[in-house]
Parts: sequence; C-alpha cells; structure tokens
Amino acid sequence: MITIKDLHKSYTMGANSLHVLKGINFSVEEGELVSIMGSSGSGKSTLLNILGMLDEADQGSYTLDGTPIKNLNEKIAARYRNKFLGFIFQSFNLINYKSALDNVGMPLYYQGMKRAERTDKAMAYLEKVGLANWAHHMPNELSGGQKQRVAIARALASDPKVLLADEPTGALDTKTSYEVMELIQGINDEGKTILVVTHEDDIAHMTKRIVNLKDGLIIDDTKINQVRAASHV
Amino acid sequence: MFSLERWQEIFETIRKNKLRTFLTGLSVASGIFILVILLALGQGMQNGIAKEFERDATNRISVWSGVTSVEYKGLNPGRFVEMTNADYNYLIEKYEDNLEFKSAVYRIWSGNLTYGKETGSYRVEGVYPDYQFLENESMVNGRYINYSDHDDKTKVVVIGNKVKQDLFGKQDALGKLIQVNGINFYVVGVYSDPGGEREETRVFVPISTAQRVFGGSDKVRNLGFTLKPKANFEATLAQSINFSNEIESFLKERHLVAPDDTSAININNTLEEAKRFYDLIGMIKLFFWVVGIFTIIAGVVGVSNIMLIIVKERTKEIGIRKALGAEPWSIVSMILHESIFVTAIAGFSGLLFSMTLLELIGPNLQMDYIRNPTVNFNVAITTVFILILAGALAGFVPAWRAARIKPIAALREE
Repeated sequence: MITIKDLHKSYTMGANSLHVLKGINFSVEEGELVSIMGSSGSGKSTLLNILGMLDEADQGSYTLDGTPIKNLNEKIAARYRNKFLGFIFQSFNLINYKSALDNVGMPLYYQGMKRAERTDKAMAYLEKVGLANWAHHMPNELSGGQKQRVAIARALASDPKVLLADEPTGALDTKTSYEVMELIQGINDEGKTILVVTHEDDIAHMTKRIVNLKDGLIIDDTKINQVRAASHV
Repeated sequence: MFSLERWQEIFETIRKNKLRTFLTGLSVASGIFILVILLALGQGMQNGIAKEFERDATNRISVWSGVTSVEYKGLNPGRFVEMTNADYNYLIEKYEDNLEFKSAVYRIWSGNLTYGKETGSYRVEGVYPDYQFLENESMVNGRYINYSDHDDKTKVVVIGNKVKQDLFGKQDALGKLIQVNGINFYVVGVYSDPGGEREETRVFVPISTAQRVFGGSDKVRNLGFTLKPKANFEATLAQSINFSNEIESFLKERHLVAPDDTSAININNTLEEAKRFYDLIGMIKLFFWVVGIFTIIAGVVGVSNIMLIIVKERTKEIGIRKALGAEPWSIVSMILHESIFVTAIAGFSGLLFSMTLLELIGPNLQMDYIRNPTVNFNVAITTVFILILAGALAGFVPAWRAARIKPIAALREE
C-alpha cells in the first residue's frame, strides 16, 4: 500500500540546516496497523506529514497505492489527500462552528457529493463510531473522546486507502484512549490500513507492528502480538 | 459561483458567525449611507439656492437711484438723484440689439386698494409689459399689461395672487373695478410668482398711467434689464458685467454723480451674484464629494481590516479543510464569495435605507437653502459596486495567502 525509499528531509532554520529524516526505507501492506514510535525530535511527525502529503520530501520516493507521489502541486495534493488519506489529529481539528454531522460530511463536500447523500453517508459513519445521537451537536458540546470519534468518522467518510493518526490519544485520558484505540482496532479489523504515530508504549502495543525512529532513521521495525484494547476497558 | 452547495456552505458560515458578518456589513452599509446622504445634501443645497434665484430672472440687472455721497462739480453731497424716462429711452435705444427684456418702474410704496368692503395696502408699481419676465411671473388669470395699455394710459391693473385672495376671496377678479388710492382701475390679470406670497402682494399698472395719475411726471425709480444670452455662460457673464458698468458710468455722467460715488446709482447684477452662488455650490458639492470619497475609503479600509482578521481567524479552519481535500482555489473562492455576498447585501441595504430616508424626509424638508435633497441613483449604485469590488480585492490577498499556507502550518496555528 505504502512504499517509501530513501526518504530525506531537512529544515532550514536561519543559518542552520536541520537534517530530520536521513534516509527512511519503509513499506506498509494493505490492512496493516502500524505504530511509529520515537522520542520527540526523532522525525516521526515529519514522516507522517510527508506520508500525509502535508509536507514534501527533499529526496526519495513515495508510492501510495501504486501512485507515485511526487511533484505535487497544491491542487493535485488536495485531490490525493481527499481520495487516499484520512487524518486523525491529536487536537481533533474539528471545525468548531459546524455540527458533528457536518464535520463528518466535509470530505464528501470536497468530493462534490450532494447534500442529501452527504448527510446520509455522514450519519452512517457517525453511527459506526456510536455517536448517532450526537449528530447535531457542536464540537464544544462533545467530550474529548467524542470529538476524536467524530474526527475518526470524518477521516473514514471519504473511504480513504490509509488512515493517518497523529497522536490520536495524546489529548485523552487512559480510559478514553483505550476506547479510541478499540475503535481504531475495529476499523483495522475491517481491513483498513492505519498508521498511528505515538510515543506511548501501551498504545503502540495495541497495533500490529511497531516502527521505532531515532534521529531520523528507523532503528527497529517489528511485528508484535496485538493487545486488544477491549481487554483493558 | 452558482452552485447550490456552495451557497449552502456560505449561508451556514454566515449564520454561525453573526457578529463577524454584522461588523463587516455595518462598515459597508454606513459608508454607503453617509455618502448618499452627503451627496443628497449637496444636491439639496443646489436646489435650494436655485430656488432662491427663481424669484427673478437670473440674468436680471436692476438699477435704482439714491442720494449722492460725494461732492462733485460744485454740487453738494446729499442730493437725491432721480432717473427719468429720457434715461430709459436712451438706454433701450442704444442697447436695442443686446436687450432681451427691459422695463422702467415708477413705484408708489404703499397704495391703498379697495374692493367693496375689502381694503389693503400694497406696493403699486407702474411698469412696462416686459416686467412680467423680469419678475419671472406667470399669469393665473387674464393678461399682463400690454403696449396699448401703455400708449393709451389706460387704468388697468394686474394683481398678485395674494392680493386677489385678500380682496376677492373666492370670487373672480377679472373685469372688476377696484380703487387704487381712490382711483378706479380695471383688473385685467392675476399673476403668481415663484418667489411666493411676498412677491405676490404687489400690483402693476402701466407706467405711463402711474406717472400721470400718481403725479410722477417723467420720473423713474427703477430700471430692469435682461440681456440676450450668449453662446456660453462665461460670455453671457462678461457681457452682463460690461453692460452694468456702461450704464453705471452713463447714468453717473448724465446726473453729475462722482465716478467714485457708491450710493447715488446702484446696480444689482443677479447674474454676477448667481455666479458667486453657483461657484459656492460647486465648492460645497466638491467638498461633500471629497468627504464622501474619504468615507468610502474608510469603509474600504474597514472591510479590508475585517477581511484580514477573518482570514487570520480562519487559518486553522483553512488548514483542516485543506487536509480534508480542499483545493486552494476553493478556499479563496469560499472566502471571496462570502465577503462579496456580505458587502453586497450590506451595501444595498445602506443604499436602500438612505434612499428611503431621502424619499420620506427630502420633500418635506423646510429649510431655506436645502430643498428636495436627492442623489443620482447611478452614482450611488456605482459606489456600492466599488465598495464590493474593494472588499473582494481586500479579501483576495489574505485569502490567497491563506490558501497557499501548507496545511500542516495552518493546523499548528491556534
């Protein structure tokens, strides 16, 4: 599903150039649930941004579902993001003046789907994350866990190839974190490819494979026995 | 632009952000409102002053005599100068080709008019037939004095509308006999004057009759002239001033008045005065325009400011939208669409509100120098469009920049 070869990225800060990614080789098969771990500054967020086409690599190749991701202009990047990727952020990033339902419908709006169809589909995804009763609530009326569920429903709405989650449990307490992970595991069980960036060990162990980053290089990449979040709840 | 989906999105955004929308709208609406009111006031002033000049023909030149104030050729100051028919006849012959209307006036300040039991004191003036046009009078009933009245020295009188109402009430005045200072005159006409009641409390008789009946011999109190207009205003004005100066020096020489005497021969050139007023109106209108334009500029700056803040405030939202697959152009057009929609609605409400106000208040406004303030609709509507365009332009730059931001940078923005 994802193939990355010799990926380099550096940031220029004033006179200093900071080499963040120093040649990453990495691939993900369809249906995998992978966690990317590393201390802060290890380059895990940068890697995720590049995977998410929110940022571009300096060097190296990136293929997503057989499509080479290179020389993107903003327009193509936007289309690819909509088609291939669903994002889940640490701070949820819901649009705060739109109801849960409308938030979930956003990616569909950008696909050009009609309102009625959009609402139906968004409702179905809200049901899937167990928030059908909250469809018409504003984000500020929802708890952190609920917001993240809405964000997950939104990420799923466009039926992307890959879900990218950047510290999805970073702003949640343990219990809620596990509930969210349970949801993510459930989605993965249905065959969706998911990448989770985290620095929490317990969260990482709820995935099927842990990739460890340090100083811009992968130092460890192992498949593990998944811990089911449900057993903790 | 016409996609229903987009409109739904815009309306939703507007509905959820009422304060922001209201503030943008307010600055636009008030800008338009102030501009329209200012322009209308300028127009109202022009109308008001034009009305003031309607009383008499705007190119009228009046001459009246007074008491000398300077000793000249052995004559003491304090001598009353009286013009005569001869002066008038000389002047109309000399300037025959240039004069449009002309009349000498022999005036009795207060004449006693009696009809049946009604009586009143009015200004009685002996005039030539042309005087009707010098005074800008129009006939309500009957006719004005004519040349055969003048030649035959008939005892006929033309009375003002007010005099008619005072003496005759609802009765018909034509053909009735009234007494002017005890002498019988036939009423041949009733006139009205745009100057209003004050100008309609006078009565006119042929000058020849007046001079004979009221003991004026060949004396003349007043001369009135208008000149035939030239091709343009400047030439007309120059001719008019030139003419005033010539008759002034002629009359001074003839009546032995010192050239530097300012009280014996008086000339009032309405055109010159009118020009001064019109220049003044021009300045006032210009001033209103300048103020109005600055108001609009302030409005544009206000809209730009708000647009900047809106875009800044929405940076994170823009990042989210981009992460969800919004193309840059869809971001720009979303923001512009909203801003154009809001400025347009606000601009037109400002326009509508000010126009309604003008419609309601304008015609009822009772002020000397402001009358029926109106505004050129095309000008007003153009201003609205300029403001909308400016708002769009002001929104475009920040929107374009925001749309270029990498989504990841926008997302970090709190």
